[in-house]
Amino acid sequence: MSSQKPLLEVQNLHTGFNIEGETHYAVKDVSFTVNPKEVVCIVGESGCGKSVMSLSIMDLLPKHNGKIDKGHILFKGNDLVPLTEEEMNQIRGKDISMIFQEPMTALNPVLTIGYQMDEVLFNHTDTRKEEIRKKSVQLLQQVGISRADQIVNEYPHQLSGGMRQRVMIAMAIACQPQLLIADEPTTALDVTVQAQILELITKIQEEVGMAMLLITHDLGVVAEMADRVVVMYAGQVVEDTDVDRLFYEPKHPYTKALLDSIPRMDDHREVLNTIRGIVPSLKNMPKQGCRFVDRCPSAMPECTKIDPALGEVDKGHSVRCILYDASHPEKKAEV
Amino acid sequence: MAKETVKTEKSEHLLQVQELKKYYPVRGGFLRRKVGDVKAVDNISLELKRGETFGLVGESGCGKSTAGRTITRLFKPTSGNILFEGRDITNLRGSELRNLRQDIQMVFQDPYASLNPKMMVGSIISEPLVNYGHGSEGKLKDEVMQLLERVGLPEDAYYKYPHEFSGGQRQRIGIARALALKPKLIVADEPVSALDVSVQSQVLNLLKELQEEFNLTLLFIAHDLSVVKHMSDRIGVMYLGNLVEVADADDIYQDPKHPYTQALISAIPQPDPRNKSERVILSGDVPSPQNPPVGCPFHPRCPKAMPECSEKKPQLKEVNREHRVSCLLYE
Repeated sequence: MSSQKPLLEVQNLHTGFNIEGETHYAVKDVSFTVNPKEVVCIVGESGCGKSVMSLSIMDLLPKHNGKIDKGHILFKGNDLVPLTEEEMNQIRGKDISMIFQEPMTALNPVLTIGYQMDEVLFNHTDTRKEEIRKKSVQLLQQVGISRADQIVNEYPHQLSGGMRQRVMIAMAIACQPQLLIADEPTTALDVTVQAQILELITKIQEEVGMAMLLITHDLGVVAEMADRVVVMYAGQVVEDTDVDRLFYEPKHPYTKALLDSIPRMDDHREVLNTIRGIVPSLKNMPKQGCRFVDRCPSAMPECTKIDPALGEVDKGHSVRCILYDASHPEKKAEV
Repeated sequence: MAKETVKTEKSEHLLQVQELKKYYPVRGGFLRRKVGDVKAVDNISLELKRGETFGLVGESGCGKSTAGRTITRLFKPTSGNILFEGRDITNLRGSELRNLRQDIQMVFQDPYASLNPKMMVGSIISEPLVNYGHGSEGKLKDEVMQLLERVGLPEDAYYKYPHEFSGGQRQRIGIARALALKPKLIVADEPVSALDVSVQSQVLNLLKELQEEFNLTLLFIAHDLSVVKHMSDRIGVMYLGNLVEVADADDIYQDPKHPYTQALISAIPQPDPRNKSERVILSGDVPSPQNPPVGCPFHPRCPKAMPECSEKKPQLKEVNREHRVSCLLYE
């Protein structure tokens, strides 16, 4: 999987928001790649910049104050950042599709499901007009909706949350995209429905042969779905590795603490590990040094002065922490 | 404040709920006549022992929140009995109900909506004390300061407003308010589901500490079975207004009896990539509580359904010691 050319390459991405005349970076120097047919999970708590990052890729940032300041987003080698709105429209929904967290707000409440499905096919494919509705029904059947020929005439409010998410998936795969970005696709759903949707996404991903960028806060979903995992904290990538090493050999103190703070069904701990404090808000980010320093159990005095860089500690395993930085004398201190 | 002390004996159970039902009327048509019921809670029975944490778990719409609020008497039950310390509180009204509230407090899910944005945190926490005539002016502030400290908030929080705090801190404010009157029972309705994992573990640990310190009985309502299992001594699983299984927390996980509990446990994604166990994937969605299936409420989705499941409604029965299941497989 590693020898082929990456499908998506995000390089040193900086996305900033203008707040009271000052630019604050919600995404600061983020780099990672997604290979064809690979499932990459972006994991992090609220406010870590994972959603802003996905909106940056799709060029869906709020126009009035959000913008990409630096960096490149290469899709099959072409940079998406300088593209115009019209050029992006050619790519969005066709080569790159997106599923959102809240299927109620992502669907238009006053248009029928069929109309919204047809629109995607009409805009991005050369399916003949009379064939379009048939294709829509087929797609709905593909995502496991049994009454597909009736559902096309219904409105979003008539469907349950799980059904709406299925419709969103059907729309997203209508053009056989090469990359699917799924932003918390199951967070609003119940566990038994989440299990259905995750199974469906895996099945579709294999059928269509697409790569997936799955954004989530749920480490259980990560373990279930991911090939590779990118952990984000306060707008930066802090760890990037394959799924097995993330759970069995985590390196960054934040990743370790996060894994320790989730209650599991099979453990008998009385007290959960916690991470003291909270994620700093965009306006209160430390100006210098590591962004995790205030909450880090392994923090050293240097951590407030040196900006750690994302460095490879092992093949395919990168960490942003001076504990693992060879150029610092404290390298590989006991953690 | 003198409380009624007519209890016959100090029973082991702080709270007993017997065949509790809560229906919401559905009105329709020109005359707004009652055309049906939403059976939010359809016959649940459970009891809480003193000092234990009882976890109530289920998916959205299963009636767990309605059950919690009916037990605290925020809602009036449609039928059934609620006994608190052996006293029937099902039909309490007026000042009697008001006095009961000193013993039963609630922590709500949404820390943004459950605190008055126009009140200072100091007033929010002291309000229950003022309402029930506890403490004079000077003592009141000391007491609130102690509570703030106990839940891990800084002293200057007293003069701040809720919007100045993060979600986790707001939940701490909510917990301090619930603790102010030193209640015997706290009903916590999804207290951590709006919080991030790193903050969630802080609040869960705090709740556990406080429970031991104040000898509280806790009814912990949540949809996340891993969180419920971590917190609870015993767990009740709800489906469509019914309690389908009640057992010790470890038993529920190690030896789930009801097909729904089994599916629920297997549906939880485990944070371990090497452990991809077999899934029981349920088909379909939860039916509407306005028109629940005849027979066992779970039978249309049940992988083990038998013909008689659509005819006979199973009752909650003991299959092992302290392990009760409502399923025809065990009858």
